[in-house]
Amino acid sequence: MRKTECLAMILAGGQGSRLGALTKKIAKPAVPFGGKYRIIDFPLSNCANSGIDKVGVLTQYRPLELHNYLASGSAWDLDKKEGGVFILPPYAREKGADWYRGTADAIYQNLNFIDLADPDYVLILSGDHIYTMDYSWMLEAHKRNKADATIGVIEVPWDEAPRFGIMNTDKTGRIEEFEEKPAKPKSNLASMGIYIFSKDFLEKYLIEDARDETSAHDFGKNIIPKMLADKARLFSYAFEGYWKDVGTIESLWQANMDLLQDKPPFELDGDWRIYSSNPSMPPHYVGPEAQIKSSMISEGSMILGTVENSVIFPGVRIGKGAHVMNSVIMPSTVIAEGATVDYAIVAQNCRIESGAQVAGEPGAITVVAEGETVAAEAGSKQAG
Amino acid sequence: MIIVKDVMGIINLQEESKFIRELTEGRNVESIPFAGRYRLIDFALSSMVNSGISNVGIMLPNNPRSVLDHLRSGKDWDLARRHEGLFYLPSAEDEDNPVKGDLKNFYHNLDFFEHHGQQYVLLANGSFIYNMDFNELLRFHQNTGADVTLVYHMVSGEQQGRSVVIETAENGLVEDLAIRNTVYDGTKVSMGIVLMSKRLFTEIIRDSYEHGGLSFELDALVRKAKDYTIYAYEHDGYTSHVDSTSSYYQTSMDVLQPEVWEELFMGENSIYTKVKDAVPVQYKGTSEVNNSLLANGCVVRGKVNNSILFRGVKVGEGATIKNSIIMEKCDIQDGALIENVICDKNVIITKEKWLKGAPNYPLIVKKNVVI
Repeated sequence: MRKTECLAMILAGGQGSRLGALTKKIAKPAVPFGGKYRIIDFPLSNCANSGIDKVGVLTQYRPLELHNYLASGSAWDLDKKEGGVFILPPYAREKGADWYRGTADAIYQNLNFIDLADPDYVLILSGDHIYTMDYSWMLEAHKRNKADATIGVIEVPWDEAPRFGIMNTDKTGRIEEFEEKPAKPKSNLASMGIYIFSKDFLEKYLIEDARDETSAHDFGKNIIPKMLADKARLFSYAFEGYWKDVGTIESLWQANMDLLQDKPPFELDGDWRIYSSNPSMPPHYVGPEAQIKSSMISEGSMILGTVENSVIFPGVRIGKGAHVMNSVIMPSTVIAEGATVDYAIVAQNCRIESGAQVAGEPGAITVVAEGETVAAEAGSKQAG
Repeated sequence: MIIVKDVMGIINLQEESKFIRELTEGRNVESIPFAGRYRLIDFALSSMVNSGISNVGIMLPNNPRSVLDHLRSGKDWDLARRHEGLFYLPSAEDEDNPVKGDLKNFYHNLDFFEHHGQQYVLLANGSFIYNMDFNELLRFHQNTGADVTLVYHMVSGEQQGRSVVIETAENGLVEDLAIRNTVYDGTKVSMGIVLMSKRLFTEIIRDSYEHGGLSFELDALVRKAKDYTIYAYEHDGYTSHVDSTSSYYQTSMDVLQPEVWEELFMGENSIYTKVKDAVPVQYKGTSEVNNSLLANGCVVRGKVNNSILFRGVKVGEGATIKNSIIMEKCDIQDGALIENVICDKNVIITKEKWLKGAPNYPLIVKKNVVI
């Protein structure tokens, strides 16, 4: 491979257990979002738009659908002669095989790949955030600061700060202290889980960490604190804009609903387009009696009923007299005539039978898992 | 046994544009945008690809820019292949012999046909709308032992426009071919799809061109019908020929029927087109949409009824669009009213403007116009 300035590594192996039924069959980064995308489209498109054209995707949990989705990387224009998308599942070596035992271990096990790509810098991303960001500015800041590591941070509301990894910095942005979920935060700068490391520096710490049997092999818990203890040059890079961790049902639902505002908080097209693998489907059809308000609807769907405040993915059928409100309906699901869906996330290939009700409520979104059928006579599927 | 790997596809882009002038400025008929995100050529090309044909030659029109920009490497049709795939066959500019007609173009590309290994040629016209699997046609051709097989559909109602009318015996043997400008209910009309052996194809091209022929359809097929055993094969699915503004408008409105939409697009075989990464349609709080097709990238705040909106159309608050076709990136601003109108790409209808065509004679607004 030709030498690379900055190699991106996306951590996409997590199970996403807090997404419950949605990640029973697929990895979290493959979870559909925003009417046609999947979560991993965001870091991948950010890479492509930032001019980073060599991207390793580390997979582990339920990787098949994710592998199939990534394919050659052509959807993100990442099918390059020199570079593109590299899918990196755990693999066997002479002395046996290991699963990825943590975020740092996953990168450690792919040091050979990093050597092959021969980058000056390594950008580490996670596959569970919705945001649009130009990583090239962050890389510039890293170089300007002559930093060993740069960590993307975002200001969060003070009362939410105790839920995040919080960075305490000096005036120049140099990180003095890192506190994981502090009860009494000294700052409201939360780590976004985006790191740029100078390659040799990272390699040294990963090798040390791998030898440490007491380590959880995690960037936030082990690697970053160790670097700080050694007084390395760690800098924060402040990001302003929309950023959402969609690791829970509520936050995933909320991030979908955020797109439905009259002026959405961030753009999916325009200069910083989010790419995704496009299905070959026609424009969606809206029937004579349909009523649609404040919603997003994708290709190949047929809407004969009422849709309000909802996100509808490709190939969905919504029958006559059906009501879909405040919900997210994933690809190829059928909402039959007269069914009602409110405050719910209905996964792919489900069938909500005629007259059935799926009813959640604000703060308790109902989830229908992939491939399920909800029948009318079985009563309604209630919140929880 | 004819296997599909042994068939070379050729798509002819030579449809006459005189009855559809307003939509063919800067583009050939086969590149006219259709059904919200497609171009006419996508239907013949996708049908070939879905049937398993992996070697397709495109007979380019004189101004090929729009079709080249659309097809590019053929990747979106899975035709960007290491071997075979998509080939462009340029039209012949021959100063010594300035005759018109597509036969000349075929004749000048004879070496392409002869060079490739396939034994059969499936020729299709790029201005027909259908979604068809050609494998059954191959079996039919094999079983009848025909020299040439034509595909036809049965016309319903009266239809205007130049058609090749086919008269057959009960077993499908063609007894006569004729060109007519009006056809009536129950007439068998050619869909521009012709299957024959490559040897015969090159022989017919060479012979008819060298004897002064101009048009493939007229000089190589209709006039020579008596010389060959020709069979006709019926396609009973949805078929439409777009050769005039009124047939374009009517065919577009046909796609608003859910059965036609389902048949063309939602069956086992997809229609492929150039991929653009557009956001799902955004319906805002004031939208009212009925009986319409909307492609991704639209933002709707107004009323849309009985209409087709292509990718990236904006409909302002209080705007009304009725019985209309609005192509890519048009901006219909607040309070505008549009009825029986075809807006070509990038048209802006400013606030409160009213624009109305007659029900059977849509008003056409050309590309990039601001009203």
